[in-house]
Amino acid sequence: MDFAPSFALIAPELLLIAAGLVLLLVAAWAGDKAARLVTILAAAALFGAGVMLVPGLHFGTDGPATLAFGGLMKVDSFALFAKALIYLSAIGALMVAPAFFNSAAAGTERVMRAEYPVLVLFATVGMSIMVSANDFMSLYLGLELNSLSAYVLAAILRRDTRSGEAGLKYFVLGALASGILLYGMSLLYGFTGGTGFLAVRAGLTGELGTGALFGLIFVLAGLAFKISAVPFHMWTPDVYEGAPTPVTAFFATAPKVAAVALTARVVFEVFGGQVDAWQQIVMFTALASIIFGALGAIGQENLKRLLAYSSINNIGFILLGLAVANQDGASAMLVYLFIYVAMSLGSFVALLMLRGEDGALFETFADIRGLSVTQPAIAWALLFFMFSLAGIPPLLGFYSKFVVFQATIEAGLVAFGAIAIAASVIGAFYYIKFVKVMFFDEPAGVVTGKSPAGHWALLGLTALIVSPLGYLLTPSLTDLADKAAASLFLTV
Amino acid sequence: MNSAGAIGIEHYLTVGAILFVLGVLGIFLNRKNVIVILMAVELILLAVNINLVAFSAFMQDLVGQVFAMLVLTVAAAEAAIGLAILVIYFRGHGSIAVDDINRMKG
Repeated sequence: MDFAPSFALIAPELLLIAAGLVLLLVAAWAGDKAARLVTILAAAALFGAGVMLVPGLHFGTDGPATLAFGGLMKVDSFALFAKALIYLSAIGALMVAPAFFNSAAAGTERVMRAEYPVLVLFATVGMSIMVSANDFMSLYLGLELNSLSAYVLAAILRRDTRSGEAGLKYFVLGALASGILLYGMSLLYGFTGGTGFLAVRAGLTGELGTGALFGLIFVLAGLAFKISAVPFHMWTPDVYEGAPTPVTAFFATAPKVAAVALTARVVFEVFGGQVDAWQQIVMFTALASIIFGALGAIGQENLKRLLAYSSINNIGFILLGLAVANQDGASAMLVYLFIYVAMSLGSFVALLMLRGEDGALFETFADIRGLSVTQPAIAWALLFFMFSLAGIPPLLGFYSKFVVFQATIEAGLVAFGAIAIAASVIGAFYYIKFVKVMFFDEPAGVVTGKSPAGHWALLGLTALIVSPLGYLLTPSLTDLADKAAASLFLTV
Repeated sequence: MNSAGAIGIEHYLTVGAILFVLGVLGIFLNRKNVIVILMAVELILLAVNINLVAFSAFMQDLVGQVFAMLVLTVAAAEAAIGLAILVIYFRGHGSIAVDDINRMKG
């Protein structure tokens, strides 16, 4: 068997694996002094891997030529779109890390550990494999490579008790989710006779048997855990609050993209012949996530916790696009995903830029009172992100909600669209509270304005994307999302 | 092969299902010790392995056994990382009782 074409297809992953292993050695040899160098090299490797995706993204790739390793992996337009988004978010998470770890508040280590960028790289490789999986085995291995790195990342501030607790909770619930997913896969294997997506699809025709139905439900439940959709969302607020903020920014973007892309691939390619069986489940999770995400955020004082509920809420809208179960819905979902990543990354970067003169982190509503006086630039950027997350028109967040609702209504699911719109109004309450506290309350505390240029660049870029200027991006974004969504439906 | 009293695929699946449920209950009902949770996670993965191997033998298809090998490998890595995180947690809190894991709530 000639593996050369397969290796060519997974060249970005190979580059990232090689970079990860070499940088792990550098980190072990040179210790934490080399943290900054390792971070820069890791970001460069991610950028290089991202550049490799460009030709495929531009021309679109589909068909048998995208299958690698005898059908274990499938590097089609959909996988490329997700990978590009994942690499970009990972670069963002690397850029904001050194400043955070090097000036962490008293009581925790003040040194950035050189393992952080290495773990981000390995997690990214795992996500890359996840989104191009075409077999339950490669899916599981990618998912675990991502999850195992993520558990360690959550607990990386070893002296901080909240970080340890976040790591432990993430580990226990993540391991449970993997177990549930795996149990579902074993049932599907037994009742369809294969682990490849096509083989399972071929085995799932006609009336679903009890065993296969249980398999389907277990797999969907395990995936819902990973994307933190209601009713499997309980770990999200705790992990987001406890994990160090750069890690939270990472969790809120790259793994979300990977898990959503994986879910889309599984429901369309594996369960594509059984739409009736999963559509109701996904629709329920979507609406429940939108409503619980909106209600749960009310009354939260911690901003990271609030953004965790906001991400649950957004996952609901993304799943709404998935629940439409046609190509328009999938395309809308991908557009939403891109805009969500920009908004989410931007909000966390803004939070990272707020710190007291002693390096203490500002994480609660009380800390950002009157921010428009002390730090007008950050306050305005946060205003952009919050209004955009709420879906208020001139900003790009409105467009993402618009395309999802459009796909929902056009598919005739008017009632669901109406409920989702009503819930998004509830959600607007706490986004606007952000703005009220920043702009109309008396200033509190001293916020230093000294953030590295990288933070400002990232903040400016994400703010530019969500600003009305971002609409200039929408034609090319829609084009890419359409190509990616089309490749999901080729097996039909 | 399936004469009266012989062990068939359904028996293996039943054992697998019982182990899986025990594992899930071990995570949710256990109020004592985090180590027990780690054991419950292993139990879930072993239940999956029993399923995979049983199906593999029943269908005369090797893929299930290959998958079981991969699951074993990942389970070992997962246990290692779980214990490492537990050690970090214990250093910070001085306890690994499940009821004490409550610094963050809401």
